[in-house]
Amino acid sequence: MRANLSLPWWAWAAMGAGLVVFAVMIGLTVKRNRGVHRSLFASPYTLWMIVFTVIPVILIGYYAFTNASGAFTLDNFKNFWDSNYESNKVILDVMGEEGAAYITRGTVNVDTLVYSLWMAFKCTVICLLLGYPAALFMADRNMKLGATLVVLFIIPMWMNFLLRTIAWMSLLEDSGLINTFLKWLGFEGVQLMYNSEAVLLGMVYNFLPFMVFPIYTVLSKMDFRLTEAAADLGCNSLQTLVKVTLPLSLPGVISGITMVFMPSVTTFFIPRVLGGGNTMMFGDLIESKFLTEGNWNVGSALSLIMMLLILLSLSILRKVDPNGEGGGIA
Amino acid sequence: MKKLISVFLLLALLLSALPASAEGVVNVYNWEDYIDPAVITLFEQETGIKVNYMCFTTVEDMIVQVEANPGAFDVCFPSDYIIERMIRNDMLAEINFDNIPGAAQTIDYLRTPDYDPEEKFSVPYMWGTVGVLYNKELIGEPAKSWATLWDKQYQNNVIMLDSFRDSMGATLKSLGYSMNTHEIPAIMAAKNKLIEQKKSGVVKAYQVDETKDKMVAGEAALALMWSGDAMYAIDLNENLDYFVPEEGSNVWVDCAVIPKTAKNKENAEKFIDFLCRPEIAVMNVEYICYSTPNKGAIDLLGEDYTGNHVQNPDTAVLEKCEFLHDIEEKFLSIYEAMWMEVKNTK
Repeated sequence: MRANLSLPWWAWAAMGAGLVVFAVMIGLTVKRNRGVHRSLFASPYTLWMIVFTVIPVILIGYYAFTNASGAFTLDNFKNFWDSNYESNKVILDVMGEEGAAYITRGTVNVDTLVYSLWMAFKCTVICLLLGYPAALFMADRNMKLGATLVVLFIIPMWMNFLLRTIAWMSLLEDSGLINTFLKWLGFEGVQLMYNSEAVLLGMVYNFLPFMVFPIYTVLSKMDFRLTEAAADLGCNSLQTLVKVTLPLSLPGVISGITMVFMPSVTTFFIPRVLGGGNTMMFGDLIESKFLTEGNWNVGSALSLIMMLLILLSLSILRKVDPNGEGGGIA
Repeated sequence: MKKLISVFLLLALLLSALPASAEGVVNVYNWEDYIDPAVITLFEQETGIKVNYMCFTTVEDMIVQVEANPGAFDVCFPSDYIIERMIRNDMLAEINFDNIPGAAQTIDYLRTPDYDPEEKFSVPYMWGTVGVLYNKELIGEPAKSWATLWDKQYQNNVIMLDSFRDSMGATLKSLGYSMNTHEIPAIMAAKNKLIEQKKSGVVKAYQVDETKDKMVAGEAALALMWSGDAMYAIDLNENLDYFVPEEGSNVWVDCAVIPKTAKNKENAEKFIDFLCRPEIAVMNVEYICYSTPNKGAIDLLGEDYTGNHVQNPDTAVLEKCEFLHDIEEKFLSIYEAMWMEVKNTK
């Protein structure tokens, strides 16, 4: 393990200073209000956020811009662009000019990022196509089944997603339930697993509720008299959907897209279980940098690039939904 | 008075939480699920020494913990190339073999190993090979060669290990190189061969922990595998069998060592000697299914063990096998980058 767990003194000092500032601010609030002010009730959560969100992000930033011995470097980002950056240096170092034949730009990191974005895009589109009608149905007050459907959507979420993903494995395997059933019926078995389609299925299954619920929330709060008015004024049901319901539910859609797209890009574990490790997503790549290679510096640089991409997509979505009506997630 | 009592109680509580006295404990740090729990009880009953038993899942994790908590561990169980690294980093104490007469039971094959050539720091605990687990029912008897894993007739039927030292190592061996090579052309050739294997569609999956259960279920016909896991799978599915390819493979050993920072060195030696007793070694072999380095245990197990080619491989095969060595960090970066290229192949 090459991880450099020891931080320079100033990193510890900065973390300590942060906590001191936090304590001083609490003290000042108490003093200014001559007692307990309600903003103090937020302090446990603020402390939680400082310790488990702010400091880790700072650490990621620190590792991303330093090398194993703690000196400033941009090599980790060059490593993102050329995954063979380090090894090419070694090859030239050891073999001299002869080594030139073995030098290639490694496209692993960039390829994996592009693949992850593409998979996340497909997952989001499928979730939207499946989720919007489902939300529409659930929110329809004339449907008695709506409430039952909401419960049915929630029940699987009571279980850990890792367990649910492993359960899919025992369904899809060559020797799994579906294939056993097909063979029992006398059909040929089909290979359902170990490919990107199975990974996509796992992602859609896991992230679909995050698309349905924001849309459902917005739709169920919508004033249904508006659709009745539209019908009275001569819209057929398709026109009502396109011209009234859809625009009004847009904040929920935006929120759903964000909540599905972001975790999709960072998916890991699903490719290993359902894809048989044949394809990697960006989350798997970051995991292997940290855990298998013990290279926290490159792992942090990759995480930072990931976070920047997510921030970018958030800021674009914020332009579409400036009032944060879809739950303000975007 | 009340105050005094509470102070007294607090002190008593603190004292009981501390490790009893120096001669009363031994802190053991072993792989997860890597000892028969009854052995620990027997040792405690016989010697009165309390065993604090702790587990790790990867040796990399173990080495970090031993460095970060000096004095916390008296006996650890690293693998060969990690022992090499620990000796180089001056992390291990020399063992006093006068206290471990049982170490003389070690089989000749594992005497003066190249990771500890003077036999000063380690006592072998378990060992095994890397080879191929196959399903007789699905493919009959395959050629006992690494080439089997590249054979196109086994389309979509091979599970490789998602671990670069093992998968790259097997490939290097199949090409006639050492598993520990620092030759860049050799590493590149291995990479190309693995990419060719993936593109040809032979590989079904790259996995580690899931493999043995998949093989038991008949999900694939061939898998690159460690002998212990293979033994576990064979016990559950009689159609499975295992071979070490004729080109040679990797032999690994997990040994008992004593960190330099250990606080209870004599107890550690007593514990290691206890593990070397033939009856105790038999208990562990039967529990873990790996191969034992203990001659006395092999005698006790008799035909069951000596006739089992998974646990007791042929000497002709063993002669072609080699230990893994700690690869220099700069070369390790080539191995890692090339393994990533393989994984990235579509």
